[in-house]
Amino acid sequence: MASVFEYAPAPESRSAVDIAPAYGLFVDGEFTDAADGKVFKTVAPATEEVLSEVAQAGEADVDRAVRAARKAFTGWSALPGTERAKYLFRIARIIQERSRELAVLETLDNGKPIRETRDSDLPLVAAHFFYYAGWADKLDHAGFGANPRPLGVAGQVIPWNFPLLMLAWKIAPALATGNTVVLKPAETTPLSALFFADICRQAGLPRGVVNILPGYGDAGAALVAHPDVDKVAFTGSTAVGKEIARTVAGTAKKLTLELGGKGANIVFDDAPLDQAVEGVVSGIFFNQGQVCCAGSRLLVQESIHDELLDALKRRLTTLRLGDPLDKNTDIGAINSAEQLARITALADRGEAEGAERWSPECELPSSGYWFAPTLFTNVTQAHTIARDEIFGPVLSVLTFRTPDEAVAKANNTPYGLSAGIWTEKGSRMLAVANRLRAGVVWSNTFNKFDPASPFGGYKESGFGREGGRHGLEAYLDV
Amino acid sequence: MPTSVSPGAHSPTAGRVSNAPLTDVTASHSSLRRFLHGLPGVDAVGLEARAASLGTRSIKADAKAYAIDLAISMVDLTTLEGADTPGKVRALGAKAMRPDPTDRATPATAAVCVYPDMVAVAKEAVAGSDVKVASVATAFPAGRAPLAVKLADVREAVAAGTDEIDMVIDRGAFLAGDYLKVHDEITAVKEACGTSARLKVIFETGELSTYDNIRRASWLAMLAGADFIKTSTGKVAVNATPSNTLLMLEAVRDFRAQTGVQVGVKPAGGIRTSKDAVKFLVLVNETAGADWLDNHWFRFGASSLLNDLLLQRQKLATGRYSGPDYVTVD
Amino acid sequence: MSDARLSVFKTYKLYVGGKFPRSESGRVYEVTDREGTWLANAPLASRKDARDAVVAARKAFGPWSGATAYNRGQVLYRVAEMLEGRREQFVREVAEAEGLSAAEAAAQVDAAVDRWVWYAGWTDKIAQVVGGGNPVAGPYFNLSTPEPTGVVAVLAPQESSFLGLVSVIAPVIATGSTAVVVASERFPLPALSLGEVLATSDVPGGVVNVLSGRTAEMAPTLAAHQDVNAIDLAGADENLAKELEIAAADNLKRVLRPQPVDDDWFTTPGTERMTAFLETKTVWHPTGSLGASGSSY
Repeated sequence: MASVFEYAPAPESRSAVDIAPAYGLFVDGEFTDAADGKVFKTVAPATEEVLSEVAQAGEADVDRAVRAARKAFTGWSALPGTERAKYLFRIARIIQERSRELAVLETLDNGKPIRETRDSDLPLVAAHFFYYAGWADKLDHAGFGANPRPLGVAGQVIPWNFPLLMLAWKIAPALATGNTVVLKPAETTPLSALFFADICRQAGLPRGVVNILPGYGDAGAALVAHPDVDKVAFTGSTAVGKEIARTVAGTAKKLTLELGGKGANIVFDDAPLDQAVEGVVSGIFFNQGQVCCAGSRLLVQESIHDELLDALKRRLTTLRLGDPLDKNTDIGAINSAEQLARITALADRGEAEGAERWSPECELPSSGYWFAPTLFTNVTQAHTIARDEIFGPVLSVLTFRTPDEAVAKANNTPYGLSAGIWTEKGSRMLAVANRLRAGVVWSNTFNKFDPASPFGGYKESGFGREGGRHGLEAYLDV
Repeated sequence: MPTSVSPGAHSPTAGRVSNAPLTDVTASHSSLRRFLHGLPGVDAVGLEARAASLGTRSIKADAKAYAIDLAISMVDLTTLEGADTPGKVRALGAKAMRPDPTDRATPATAAVCVYPDMVAVAKEAVAGSDVKVASVATAFPAGRAPLAVKLADVREAVAAGTDEIDMVIDRGAFLAGDYLKVHDEITAVKEACGTSARLKVIFETGELSTYDNIRRASWLAMLAGADFIKTSTGKVAVNATPSNTLLMLEAVRDFRAQTGVQVGVKPAGGIRTSKDAVKFLVLVNETAGADWLDNHWFRFGASSLLNDLLLQRQKLATGRYSGPDYVTVD
Repeated sequence: MSDARLSVFKTYKLYVGGKFPRSESGRVYEVTDREGTWLANAPLASRKDARDAVVAARKAFGPWSGATAYNRGQVLYRVAEMLEGRREQFVREVAEAEGLSAAEAAAQVDAAVDRWVWYAGWTDKIAQVVGGGNPVAGPYFNLSTPEPTGVVAVLAPQESSFLGLVSVIAPVIATGSTAVVVASERFPLPALSLGEVLATSDVPGGVVNVLSGRTAEMAPTLAAHQDVNAIDLAGADENLAKELEIAAADNLKRVLRPQPVDDDWFTTPGTERMTAFLETKTVWHPTGSLGASGSSY
């Protein structure tokens, strides 16, 4: 009898959001077509349903948007900080008001569970604007000298994994410090940025201060290379990040990069085990593992390997994969067919190289892009799946014997974005945290974010910090 | 719909096998201490976050109807007042057997829970039904009495025919680190229960204060032979919470994995609404698993909860919101 | 007659891993003063020397970054003390190299000594200035601290052979990174002599490595080196700087582009040369309540 306690579907209402059949670029306060009239379709990854047709920015549009942003810069940067702050506070409040709509929209366009967009993405987006709003009139006190100046026009290129949150991370500090913005959202998730454009209009933001250019990599490249851009901020893959670094070489453009990772989640034998299991699960299955700071390598002390793996497998069997709009869904869809192909190829490679693959029993929907939560055991540092960023719900399990070995293995990667430590021993936690070469270390927790907390990587995970007082520096002439 | 439990399927000692891997643990004060302090620690923030996250599960339609009936069948309908009278206890018994007089399909509650001196009355009140009688004992709620007095308390209740004993542990001894004393007291009470009464062991988690202590108390009680572990007496400020119940569910899950012995869990005190009750069932479902979704293994110690469950049940059946005048006040 | 005494020349050597090797290439190049008068032969370091220096700097990074900030401050102050004692030598070398009067050169050397003192005081303060606790909206202790980035390739300024040199080395090692320094190509002698001072100032071997030779030859090796974490382009011209920045992208080195120099390096610097080579690490840890009663529903 007991097994009948299945949760009935509890879908969030699709009608919470009204998606138009077509969207334009947002340039100089207006929605317009692309100069060459190109459009592209954005689909719901969970169903492959076409959600809307979106104007596709090209080089001419980039130029127009940068000119609009340049024109707006004079007035915007001259505004008293108090006034800029009030615009940002307005934006924060409108986001809070419209958060249900935006959460549903983001879930539709991205494929991530509504539970995450509702409880994580949207609250963080509003909080981020609220946080940086408060900085706008306090820059004199931020530790960068008196009256620090904005840079000018910021060209920003963001990824598809947290579309609106990454937009907030980019736009909020840029506007607070007096810069104007041209932002290109990812081609698979343009919609929330376009809704944000509408929020800018509702907030009465002066024309040209924020410009949104949906498009592909070519538009991003044109934006980064545009001679009248003073600041480039990019979140995405390390390969593209390197290309951008080469593009801006020899210019005066200030650059911040937030790139890939291969985070180690280190579980010691004295860890709070039940919470560690939760942290490992959140570390790799949050947002289907499509997180640059994912804890994609589980480093477990050999003495508790079996115990932890049993608990982890037991926990994975309770994960609910399916309709992202269902409030009970834990694992949503992979963002695109392309990403699914990449995850599939890397997982197959893991198997081919001899690692042991395991997934809970899990029925995948027949349409859309799906990948079952997967873990690999018997993985060594030499395996591809222990080195390459998979950016999917695939966990590689490795073992260690001593804290030294754990640190050595954790650091043995060109990346350096995140790491996790699970131990009840304070001194060990601090010693290990000290020696990890990673920008964010979560101890007895994982995947926590806050606008007040600086985020960013060491080594090939990029440079510069987003969030907190540190996040201001990227947009100030200091 | 949950079925009432046939006694044969769950005789008090059915399924109990030896705690073979753990027999040495209780050999001495120091071995017991070493064992309990060697249990994995509990990170409070992580535990509470997990409980809160499970609290956001959305239960709708058929699942909700099922959950409400299940919850009703798990209620230990409780009266533990100085002012309890035979009349009050009889009314409680009647309510337990037929919670909603307007709808006979409503399941009975699991048990009525009373003081030892009311066991005979309660027994008579529920005679002929599957509703059990549970009696608090061992100088409830403080537990501050000599062992002989506590055991006499238990024996009286057992003699009066109680099906279940809800004992309180000696929190003072626990907090003083005298785990063996707590253990031996539980085993003595268990012995006094004989083969006829199942033993619930109440920790008074609000007084143990830390999650680490709650995990240790859980294992201590299970090692000593508890059939159920129970959060609280309902007589202190903090009683059952999703977090302490989640923690105890983890403990019974792990204990069964190690020993093969299944132990029940009873959150008590402070659970007043159907919404809360359903959240607890979600905790059970996703932590210990479906094997515990049965009133032989999970109970709610509550009084006002039942009426809210009945109101919700009526709402689901009729489609309109009901009101307090449509459920019985006893 | 004493005037007739033949002086003893110094053989200038590289400073790598705490030792004074000749160039692996076995080659030297002539260093002259402004008038073209021969001053000495400087080692013409090769790409191999640059690679060796990186290995030495990497080896030194762990202990140096792990030393207490107080200890690093003491070491940097010791450098100032030792320099003060060899003031006359450096005044002469700087004067000869840059064609300055004795008084002008003395001002440079004095400022350089003072700069070591300035940075010595920074070692245990920078973390408090650029790090701190973050008030996150949850039950978490959240702390950001600066950490040294690792091995930094430093192209020393070409014109300011000593004050400029010290101004770019000191901030790198003050914060715990280690340095592979390419000395001013034309005026390498003060840099090579600085190696001798560092060797006797409790600076552990490998923390600073000094190479002399062709900047344009060594710098690309360093910019492309996958085990170098950052590069200071102070001594690169515009074209070389761009080329090096492109090469540096291969492993996403932190790049400090050539900066405008105020008052020939005499102006007291800000913190930028330190923060350019610092990473920010943010650590989260749950705090929670004292007891289990925090939860409710």
